[in-house]
Amino acid sequence: MQTITNDTWLLTVGTFLPLVGVLLMMFVPASEEKTHKQIGILTSAVTAAVGVYTLLRFDFDQSEKLQFFVDSEWITVIKSNYTIGLDGISLPLYFLSMVVTLLVMIYTWDNMPDAGNPKSFIILMLVLQVGMAGSFIAQDLILFFVFFEVVLLPMYFMIGVWGGDDRQYASLKFFLYTMFGSALMLVAFLALFFQTGAASFSFAHLMEAGALIDRDVQIWIFAGMFVGFAVKVPMFPFHTWLPDAHTQAPTQGSVILAAILLKLGTYGFVRIAIPMLPQGAKAWAPAIGILAVIGIIYGALGCLAQTDMKRLIAFSSVAHMGFVMLGISTLTDFGINAALFGMVAHGLITGMLFFVAGSVKHRYHTLEISRLSGLLIQMPRLGWILGFAAMASLGLPGLAGFWGEFPAILSAYNPNFGLSEALFRTLMVIAAIGTVFAAAYLLWLYQRTAFGRPNPEFEQSAHHPVGAGVNDEHHDVDLHDVTKIEWIAWTPFLIAIVVFGVYPQLMFGVMDPAVSLLIERVGAGIP
Amino acid sequence: MISSLLAQAWTAPTIDWHAIAPELVLIAGINLVLLIDLWLDESKKWAMATLTGFVMLGAVIPVVTLAVLGGDVRDAIFDGRYVVDEYALILKALFLLVGYVVVLLSQNELEEGGYYQGEFYVLMMVSVLGMVMMASSRDLLSVFVALELLSIPAYMMAAWRKRDVKSNEAGVKYYLLGVFASGVLLYGMSFLYGTTGSTKLTEIGAALSGDLTGMQVLAVVFVVAGFAFKISAVPFHTWAPDTYEGAPTPVTAFLSVASKSAGFVALLTVLYLGLYGADEVHGPFIWAMAALTMTVGNMVALRQTNIVRMLAYSSVSQGGFILMPLAVMGTGVAESSLRAVVIYLLIYAFSNLGAFAVIIAVARKTRSGEISSFGGLMSYAPGLGVLMTIFLASLAGIPPLGIWIAKLQAFKALIDAGSTSAYVLAIIAAVNTVIAAGYYMRVLRQIWMSPVPDGDTTPISPPSSIWLALGITAAGTVVLGILPGLVLRFADLPDLTGALGL
Repeated sequence: MQTITNDTWLLTVGTFLPLVGVLLMMFVPASEEKTHKQIGILTSAVTAAVGVYTLLRFDFDQSEKLQFFVDSEWITVIKSNYTIGLDGISLPLYFLSMVVTLLVMIYTWDNMPDAGNPKSFIILMLVLQVGMAGSFIAQDLILFFVFFEVVLLPMYFMIGVWGGDDRQYASLKFFLYTMFGSALMLVAFLALFFQTGAASFSFAHLMEAGALIDRDVQIWIFAGMFVGFAVKVPMFPFHTWLPDAHTQAPTQGSVILAAILLKLGTYGFVRIAIPMLPQGAKAWAPAIGILAVIGIIYGALGCLAQTDMKRLIAFSSVAHMGFVMLGISTLTDFGINAALFGMVAHGLITGMLFFVAGSVKHRYHTLEISRLSGLLIQMPRLGWILGFAAMASLGLPGLAGFWGEFPAILSAYNPNFGLSEALFRTLMVIAAIGTVFAAAYLLWLYQRTAFGRPNPEFEQSAHHPVGAGVNDEHHDVDLHDVTKIEWIAWTPFLIAIVVFGVYPQLMFGVMDPAVSLLIERVGAGIP
Repeated sequence: MISSLLAQAWTAPTIDWHAIAPELVLIAGINLVLLIDLWLDESKKWAMATLTGFVMLGAVIPVVTLAVLGGDVRDAIFDGRYVVDEYALILKALFLLVGYVVVLLSQNELEEGGYYQGEFYVLMMVSVLGMVMMASSRDLLSVFVALELLSIPAYMMAAWRKRDVKSNEAGVKYYLLGVFASGVLLYGMSFLYGTTGSTKLTEIGAALSGDLTGMQVLAVVFVVAGFAFKISAVPFHTWAPDTYEGAPTPVTAFLSVASKSAGFVALLTVLYLGLYGADEVHGPFIWAMAALTMTVGNMVALRQTNIVRMLAYSSVSQGGFILMPLAVMGTGVAESSLRAVVIYLLIYAFSNLGAFAVIIAVARKTRSGEISSFGGLMSYAPGLGVLMTIFLASLAGIPPLGIWIAKLQAFKALIDAGSTSAYVLAIIAAVNTVIAAGYYMRVLRQIWMSPVPDGDTTPISPPSSIWLALGITAAGTVVLGILPGLVLRFADLPDLTGALGL
């Protein structure tokens, strides 16, 4: 793999910078909550600034090459190195993780979950950021595995400590599912390592040597990785942790989970499983495609049955990630581009929806759809934002969601490498029906919550001045429209959804060269 | 008869004093502590702990100098039956360090309980001496002597709270089953000696290649089973939970880390040097034991409500992971199996001792061993809470904390072996990793998410010795997890495998 070794410090600094904040916060007593929030915002802002600088330094004309490449010794005995680099596939996700962490940190300023203790909360978020960013820059299997696992504990605690009523069950379920996936994944990684001659764990080597493994062996190894990544995505039938985790997690946790953590799974497929095991990928592609489409329909039907707004959004994630996986399963340039785009778009849109859900919960102390109505009358701005995000989520052309879904469906018309056209065209049709369902559940949600007269239950408190201070009392409902902090945290999401919707080439242009190279490599590995 | 013996010219063997200096320091220390204890006033007994700590650290000095100056292997002592090589040195250092940490942990418990401090430390040093000897033993006799030397004091230490029924039960159970195991082991050893004509492990190894006789098969099975008691492998583990629960907690820490590691070291040495050719016999045997040990240990640990008992079963199950690579050692992966076991022992010691240190610190306040007594620890003792999180997450095998690299090495050895049975064991181990995470997480859930059980949120202020122990173990757990190269280097063990010409 071609590499460019410029600014070698950049990725390491960008990834580990949050730890500086963690270190600082350890010496500040927990009672100084404001200081902790300030340090949190400052650290993630500086990290995001490093991210912006990375964007500026990134050579977009050579986005298929690994840039800022570093390859230094780490655990020599097991032939694992500290190998990092960034190309067109990982750049958008790497940057997204930094921005999302910053915005979530800002949101935390006056939306601390009920359990309190911002010190631990912010420290966990910063550690989480290290794991997420690290996963996207790692170019060594063991290094990737370590970063991939680093996110596990912080997220477990975020859900378990700051989550809803059923948090302990949800957090443990999340933890055990993921742990199970990664244990099998590790076995698969090691099998891959030995089957390629036990020479190195670096991606570049494994991509070259992995293609030479026997087809049957590839299929087995792919199966192990499949379980690991599919749990994370999550794909049907490994998705059952997701609705619980999303519903119970605090708003910040849900946003990070939706925007970044789920992408670790799909990213793993694109970056590791498919290029390293081309024949295994080809053998598994129909199964992945079928499960993806089941996920689309199942997720949509699940949405229609939900009575809780947050749970509905969680199920919609299952459906959206189904589109992403469908795009990947076609093994086409077009499909994988769509999938990568879909990952970022879903991160932005669903992240936004979870933010709105969090704010609704904060104001009404309930997310029961049947109790909510007339959002547009009581809080017009929040209502419009919900509408905007719902439209984006159902794939309205002109907004980012469209470019994730539509090309993914289209790519199934012509799957690559002699995959069964009949099968994939059937999948295409079913997936297209899935988009109709998506429109149905999102519009229905919007209709039930935003239209109509406000629920009399919450009526009288609407007389409070708009934008009044944050309400921390539980049963005294204080309805106010979008606050300043919320605007700051949300505007970048809203702008990005429009910009990528109107001008998708912005991202496709970065990703496409890298994806083409990837497909070329996969093609070379399939006889 | 005697006169004819006396008539022979006797020349003193040349003794490499430097090579056995760690043992000599310990022996001197044992006598010193014993003597001083006789004349020391009761109110000054605390000094014994400090002195013992110094002896432990003092014995590390020659270990370090041997490692630095060593270069070539010193096997001239006692005709190659007592060898000082890198393998021996790193394990000696481990045992001495564990001994030191256990002294730190016992200090306050013994002082406040008014137990026999001088005697306790003497016995502990004797036990550590046995372990240190075990690392160098390369002969059935010296292995056995070292094993008894380290076990017998441990039987007494387990029963140290002599007015406590449970502690007595712990001691008696441990003693009876331990002695039985020694008997089985000795029986096997006698067969080995009888059929090969030697007690020197390398000579046994040379004689045991090719087809084995029925007697030899029996011998191998008995020897492995004898060690299986010491390392509490299922189905020979039944003593462990009761003993661990009943014994004073610092002793439990000592048993579950040091004593167990010493058992593994003995098993390693005997397997690699003596029984290497018999892998068709012990391979399947160990395979089954490893699978059973991790599964049964985990299943029972899931149901425990007492934290010490839970850790006892968890350490049984960890033992299964440590055994795992040995099941495939005969299939061409001898070196990576050996490395996996040694690395596991080194890192496991830090994490497990650390977990016990937190338990001791918390129990000083709550006076309870129930898992529920950890409720809300984060709210009143965040430092201890975070440390416990680190130790338990490490035991669960979550990177980048210590044990992940050990687990990785164990998996790696299995998959390197590449046989179907190895893959099956790897899958069993993968599933067990998840089950284990279940009970470790339950403790973490108490610490982070549950309310304080009795509403008592006075902060905990552990004595400085426990902080020091926590600091050592936490540093070991974190640093070795991120930079495993630091110890992996020592686990390049040509010395032991080199003897086999592998």
